[in-house]
Amino acid sequence: MELVNIALKAIFVENMALAFFLGMCSFLAVSKKVDTAMGLGLAVIVVLGITVPLNNLIKNCLLDLGALTWLLGDQAADIDLSFLGLIAYISTIAAVVQIVEMAIDKFSPALYATLGVFVPLIAVNCAILGGSMFMAQRDYTFAESAVYGVSSGVGWWMAILALAAIREKLRYSNVPPSLRGLGITFITTGLMSLGFMIFAGIQL
Amino acid sequence: MKRATRELLLDPLHLQNPITLQVLGICSALAITNKLETSLVMCGALTFVLVCSNTIISCLRNLIPGSIRIITQLAIIATLVIIADQILLAFFYDLAKELTVFVGLIITNCIVMGRAEAFAMANPPGRSALDGLSNAMGYNLILVGVGFFRELLGAGKLLGFSVLKTVSEGGWYEPNGLMVLAPAAFLIIGLFIWVQRWLSPEMNEES
Repeated sequence: MELVNIALKAIFVENMALAFFLGMCSFLAVSKKVDTAMGLGLAVIVVLGITVPLNNLIKNCLLDLGALTWLLGDQAADIDLSFLGLIAYISTIAAVVQIVEMAIDKFSPALYATLGVFVPLIAVNCAILGGSMFMAQRDYTFAESAVYGVSSGVGWWMAILALAAIREKLRYSNVPPSLRGLGITFITTGLMSLGFMIFAGIQL
Repeated sequence: MKRATRELLLDPLHLQNPITLQVLGICSALAITNKLETSLVMCGALTFVLVCSNTIISCLRNLIPGSIRIITQLAIIATLVIIADQILLAFFYDLAKELTVFVGLIITNCIVMGRAEAFAMANPPGRSALDGLSNAMGYNLILVGVGFFRELLGAGKLLGFSVLKTVSEGGWYEPNGLMVLAPAAFLIIGLFIWVQRWLSPEMNEES
């Protein structure tokens, strides 16, 4: 039950894109068409689903206070490497992104054709690093972090898909010239974010 | 001042603004601007990281192999961000807690990576440092502007001091609760873009 709560919370209440503004750069830049938004969204789900639990293992087995005791014995009980968290997480993400790209290329060329171009973009998408950092801040267990990773990816995917659909329709509207493009996208996202606020008070 | 230098310094403030034209570094611009104070801290941290990373990467530009440049840049930036994060935790603990993960997220702030890739890899250290500084200023300008309006209209305060006396304190101003919530940041930046492009129509996009 706890896991279901985490999933629902990550998808709706604390939506990565619309409540925490993470991954906004690619969110605004790659949402011109539904097809490409779909590709990027799926890639985000895959990468978040892998990196968050992986970083959870790194945190619990290497970085936390006394986490190294399984390796070095009792003398490591007061070693605290948590200040290295950031650099460890970003390296894991960069490595995983590279591996995922190669794996997709090798095993499923069809999937690579649709998803391939987006995967490298994701290494510097702050939604990915943000996922790992929220995981670290909230002290999730391994199972919780796996669920959190996948479901926050799903939330992001939903949001970018919705924005892309709106932007495709928006092409037929008469927007003031200075607001065309980026400006109206910001305002649309603001209104979508306002809509998502209805989930804000929900306690599961 | 030479024309090239002036362009280098002034363009990122308006015509090439990192947030409203280059669409870089938006996450933090939205997330931590509900108060002026947090915006200012974020500006300081970003300016430090951007100027230092541009200078260091520019010094090393002839030594970094092309194939692994992204991860090299990430390592340099991550180190600088850890320094900024630890300084904030040591001296401004309460503020650092309010900023939660967003100081750490400077690593993936695309302004830093973008300027490293687009400018510092191809220019000498002095000019790169200037470019870092002016882009940081363009970013700061938007951040402080958004933070100003959100705190003023959302709480009637600036930097914690009461400016518009709110109804709950016996004044006249009814605070606009929307302003401290997430959507207001999008709307305000959208309006900023509108005003900016209305003033300089050459920034308009074809649709």
